[in-house]
Amino acid sequence: MSGLFVTDDQIAHARKLAREITDPIFDLIAKNTTVSVERTVLRWFGVDGVGNLGAPLVNLMVDRLQAAGVLNKGAAYWYGRALRMGASSPLDAVERLTAAPLSTLGPLPPEDEAKLRDEVRAEARAMVQELKDRVARRDDLKREFPMAQAPHKYLIVATGNIFDDVDQARAAAQAGADVIAVIRSTAQSLLDYVPHGATTEGYGGTYATQENFRIMREALDDESRRLKRYVQLTNYSSGLCMSEIAFCAAWERLDMLLNDAMYGILFRDINMRRTFIDQYFSRRICAMAGIIINTGEDNYITTADAYDAAHTVIASQFINECFAHRAGLKDWQLGLGHSYEIDPYKPETLLLELSQAMLVRRCFPDAPLKYMPPTKHKETDIFFSHAYDVMADLVAIWTRQGIQLLGMMTEAMHTPLLADRYVALKSASYLHRAARGIDEEFVVREDGKIANRARFVFGKALELLEECHKDGMVAAIGRGRFGDVKREETGGKGLDGVVEKAPDYFNPFLELMEGRA
Amino acid sequence: MTTHPGREKHFIRAYGDRRDDGVIQLSFTLPVTASEKAKEAAKLFCQKLGLTDVKVAAVERAAENYTFFVVYAKANVVLDYAEIDTPEIVIKKKSFDELNAYIEQEIARRVVVFGACTGTDTHTVGIDAILNMKGFAGDYGLERYPWFEAYNLGSQVPNAELIRRAKEKNADAVLVSQVVTQRDVHKDNSRAFIDEAKKQGVYGKMTLLLGGPRVDHKLALELGFDAGFGPGTKPSDVANFVVHQVLQRMGKEQKGAAFEGAPT
Repeated sequence: MSGLFVTDDQIAHARKLAREITDPIFDLIAKNTTVSVERTVLRWFGVDGVGNLGAPLVNLMVDRLQAAGVLNKGAAYWYGRALRMGASSPLDAVERLTAAPLSTLGPLPPEDEAKLRDEVRAEARAMVQELKDRVARRDDLKREFPMAQAPHKYLIVATGNIFDDVDQARAAAQAGADVIAVIRSTAQSLLDYVPHGATTEGYGGTYATQENFRIMREALDDESRRLKRYVQLTNYSSGLCMSEIAFCAAWERLDMLLNDAMYGILFRDINMRRTFIDQYFSRRICAMAGIIINTGEDNYITTADAYDAAHTVIASQFINECFAHRAGLKDWQLGLGHSYEIDPYKPETLLLELSQAMLVRRCFPDAPLKYMPPTKHKETDIFFSHAYDVMADLVAIWTRQGIQLLGMMTEAMHTPLLADRYVALKSASYLHRAARGIDEEFVVREDGKIANRARFVFGKALELLEECHKDGMVAAIGRGRFGDVKREETGGKGLDGVVEKAPDYFNPFLELMEGRA
Repeated sequence: MTTHPGREKHFIRAYGDRRDDGVIQLSFTLPVTASEKAKEAAKLFCQKLGLTDVKVAAVERAAENYTFFVVYAKANVVLDYAEIDTPEIVIKKKSFDELNAYIEQEIARRVVVFGACTGTDTHTVGIDAILNMKGFAGDYGLERYPWFEAYNLGSQVPNAELIRRAKEKNADAVLVSQVVTQRDVHKDNSRAFIDEAKKQGVYGKMTLLLGGPRVDHKLALELGFDAGFGPGTKPSDVANFVVHQVLQRMGKEQKGAAFEGAPT
């Protein structure tokens, strides 16, 4: 422990506020579903593939149900109805359902309704078991080839072509990367469908598809065996298809996902209600599949000033933690994000950054935490840029970060060259090796600059939590309290995909994940 | 290169630690396994670049089949510095922070920008990359600039609607994104946009920009826009351009002043 800075009671108070702040949002989540949650349900039943014009079958089916005004009963219910119509396969079920006239969609006799639900529930149970079996295979591999010590060095690949990504990922793993992230194609988060199949063209990244996940995980499984060290894979469960991506990733045995309760609202202008509902279902899946989530608080201090907005990161982390716990995630799955972003030309920035990272560690002692490198003030002087990254390496080991995204010396210039990753890995390994245990050797004085700054930031975080508690999350977001971005409850993209549940709404996966069935 | 008769010549070479030693440093990766042979290949590579006294300082195994080299060598290149021509006025491209500070100081109000995919186009990837918070390739979108007020109206927006909304807010610039190009529909729609801008009396008053994967600056000018932005455009390029346009309209900057990152 680097320092106490604040009392346990103060931290407990912050958690209590976060709990009460999220209460009304859980009412919203309980009462509503979304098109993407329902598409996830269908994917879980095995509805895969695309229609004639390239639209995913799950979209065709859910759009049809929404247009007919019956999606509020849950896609699982209609999937059961299609099976009772004699569908022989999920694809056949989609075809039968999309072809059925509206008049045939009325309720069944009560005993048939109950029977239908039992049948669908049994199938859901089998599919959940299959998912768990797949996850168990991943965990076996992890046991056979243990991961390196934390901080896990996290590297990004982003060629646009999944096969080129595989080459880059293998090279990064060979050079010492512990986690590979495949950056998504620009603005994929705003697509209201998940693209299908292996993809070789992307814009600023590679499309997240289930097949791309499979290809990359297979390559990393192979690389893990060769290196005798398990290499993790991560992608992005964010945007309009948050929960579908979570499912695809869970099924293909990914290890981590970027998944934030508020990121889409703030930085992608996705509707608030849609995001809150989608994040819950996606996090339920992550909880079940043993996926570590990475939250995005680091983004706040790229829009707002890192010195002035440090407290918003802490406040948001308490809220993100609460959303996560309430979706069944355990502390070891919480890669709460924060970042090294104060203008390096100001004095004492190493002290300030240490203070912030130590405070995060103090508040969330059992979470792995995810440390992000400097980006905002990066320069094209690669030698300075490299030194700046090395400081983040030092803070990462000092504050026992679980996951560290390594900075690239060419950050402000282009997507990383292979050699940029190598240089970053070599220095991070050096710092992690050289300074391991430094936190136990140096006790931070409670009356010094680091502790005083931590207390100040925590105090302001509490004030922000109190404001959210008094006026509500929606109002606080409306005032731009997080990341200086203002959003309204009914603004943004995707609100038309929110559907109020009918009293007899049926979602057997949710029942199983919530432990109700 | 233009010659300057009568101007005194000014010969230069690369500077290592003494005048005219020609020493340079470079680093690169070759797709081979690290070995003596790989080191020799790196040396030969540098010799083929015309370098002499090649010292391969570091041979690093970047991955199984990739080797990273750091090399010091002599370049025998000599330049006459007096002959180097650069345009008269080059305004350096401003960074995110610099541009915000510049707007605050020179324009003293937020710069208002509207954007949309107009006509039947539903592909918002381009306009989102430029306007959204997130931006593109690590370059922040206009929404993130505190001194920009950016409105992204999304896709399938009628030209008249986009112009009407922009006019209401006294927009400084309007961005039209056109992704779909079958049968030159982007050109027809862009012409229709310019006609509508003339009809609503904003033509020549607002900066009108066209963007898309099949758009270039020349095409945009032909169609009547102030500039065109093709593939690879970063939000900061658009942001800088718009600020220069506003300053030129305010008479604070010379019309047509050359600046770094201007569309060509």
